[in-house]
Amino acid sequence: MKRSNKPIFWSLFGAGGTLAALLGPMLVFVTGIAVPLGFLLPRDLMDYERMLAFARNGFGKLAIVAVIALFLFHGLHRLYHCLHDFGIHVGPVLKAAFHGCAIAGTLVAIALVTAIGFAR
Amino acid sequence: MDASRTIRIECLRYDPETDAAPRYQAYDVPFTDDMSVLQGLQYIKDHVDGSLTFRWSCRMAVCGSCGMMVNGTPSLSCETFLRDFHPAGLRVEPLTHFPIVRDLVIDQSDFLRKLEMVKPYIIPADSKTPAAGTHLQTPRQMDEYYQYAQCINCLLCYAACPQYGLTPSFIGPGALALLHRYNADSRDDGRAQRMEVVNAEEGVWSCTLVGYCSEVCPKGVDPARAVNQNKINSTKDYFLHWLMPRPGVSR
Amino acid sequence: MKANSTYVRPMGAWWRRNAFYRSYMVREASALFVTLYAVVLLIGLLRLAQGPAAYDAWRASLATPASIAFHVVVLLLVAYHAWTWIAVMPKTMPFVRIGGRRISDRTIVAFGAAASIVAQLACLALLAWLGWTR
Repeated sequence: MKRSNKPIFWSLFGAGGTLAALLGPMLVFVTGIAVPLGFLLPRDLMDYERMLAFARNGFGKLAIVAVIALFLFHGLHRLYHCLHDFGIHVGPVLKAAFHGCAIAGTLVAIALVTAIGFAR
Repeated sequence: MDASRTIRIECLRYDPETDAAPRYQAYDVPFTDDMSVLQGLQYIKDHVDGSLTFRWSCRMAVCGSCGMMVNGTPSLSCETFLRDFHPAGLRVEPLTHFPIVRDLVIDQSDFLRKLEMVKPYIIPADSKTPAAGTHLQTPRQMDEYYQYAQCINCLLCYAACPQYGLTPSFIGPGALALLHRYNADSRDDGRAQRMEVVNAEEGVWSCTLVGYCSEVCPKGVDPARAVNQNKINSTKDYFLHWLMPRPGVSR
Repeated sequence: MKANSTYVRPMGAWWRRNAFYRSYMVREASALFVTLYAVVLLIGLLRLAQGPAAYDAWRASLATPASIAFHVVVLLLVAYHAWTWIAVMPKTMPFVRIGGRRISDRTIVAFGAAASIVAQLACLALLAWLGWTR
């Protein structure tokens, strides 16, 4: 029987799922509700200067790319499986498309944090 | 015996000689509080319609023969009780995800083939003979595999598993739980030989942890755990085989 | 018995058959919202890279009622994802023993939930400290 390549995608899926389970709700709350409304946290927590400094910082870059990449790999892997669950025939093309989007998103994130520059 | 209450049992009927597709037939069965669905079916066969066909044996949930869908839930008919469906009645159908042979009887040959594939027997490390004495095992060592050894091959987990229904090549929860039962047994040394099945797409990787298999298992085997634990083992094996190419690595 | 006379039933809309399957589908669908949130962050990152004007416009769009409503929905589903992920965690682990006794699945879930709550509150506390004092 042929060895499956699932372990690669499953590991990324698992890492993303764990990160989403440990921090996901709070991240959504902070960036999408609290800060924009100034509720519990000040509105200027996400202002340009602060975010730029965060993105220029090595740890900040890692955090940004990790969250985006792992959430994408987690979500797209599961959505790909959802198609299969709905009875849609999923072949190598759809598999490449879904995981390709996750890879593309990761590369874009890496490119952007690099373009933003480094701490002076 | 006060048999003044009756309940309607609607059974799926399918005669391969005459039917193009299954149909339903309802029977009104007098019952008492202690009667199982199996006893209801036996009443029908003995007194109403001798052509109704179904499997059964021990009547006490150890043989695994009487699995069927009762109101859409995979159940052992010998430990499902008619009183719980009164007065609305119940519908009895053969286990889902299996081809129907006749009435409530399904074709289990796919499962039996898969069971053979997982090598469900002790493959010992040493070539000990009975004269040398028995294998020794602590209670703790037995605890590692005990629940998985309770499997009675009733196939309720296969009826519960949508991935088995969608992908019939999936080895399935029951066979994989038995695979794990032997891997987890301290007397066994056959893990490497079973890795090929574990690592395949049809092995653990067809499982999406729906978890309904463990929910319906009448013996507390928890096949969901057996399968998903082995995803970690399979992943370790996958990465190790890139670093140290050798068939079926990691203990 | 003629082999080709066994009857194979179609799967159909199997996820509608019972509550267990339905909640499994909701669990799986919650992944869509994890993906959408990642895309929101990616867009924010892009706007950050495009300079203060673009970034401030994006920040302003986050404060609109539509965006808030969207994020409330995302929050609910990401929270549901977190809960179902933690609840299923014991199934992915071998038996855990402390001093010879097996730790129950309920205990493992409780620890996982506690870890998640502590991590998230620590995150909020850190951001509040950064936000209000510096």
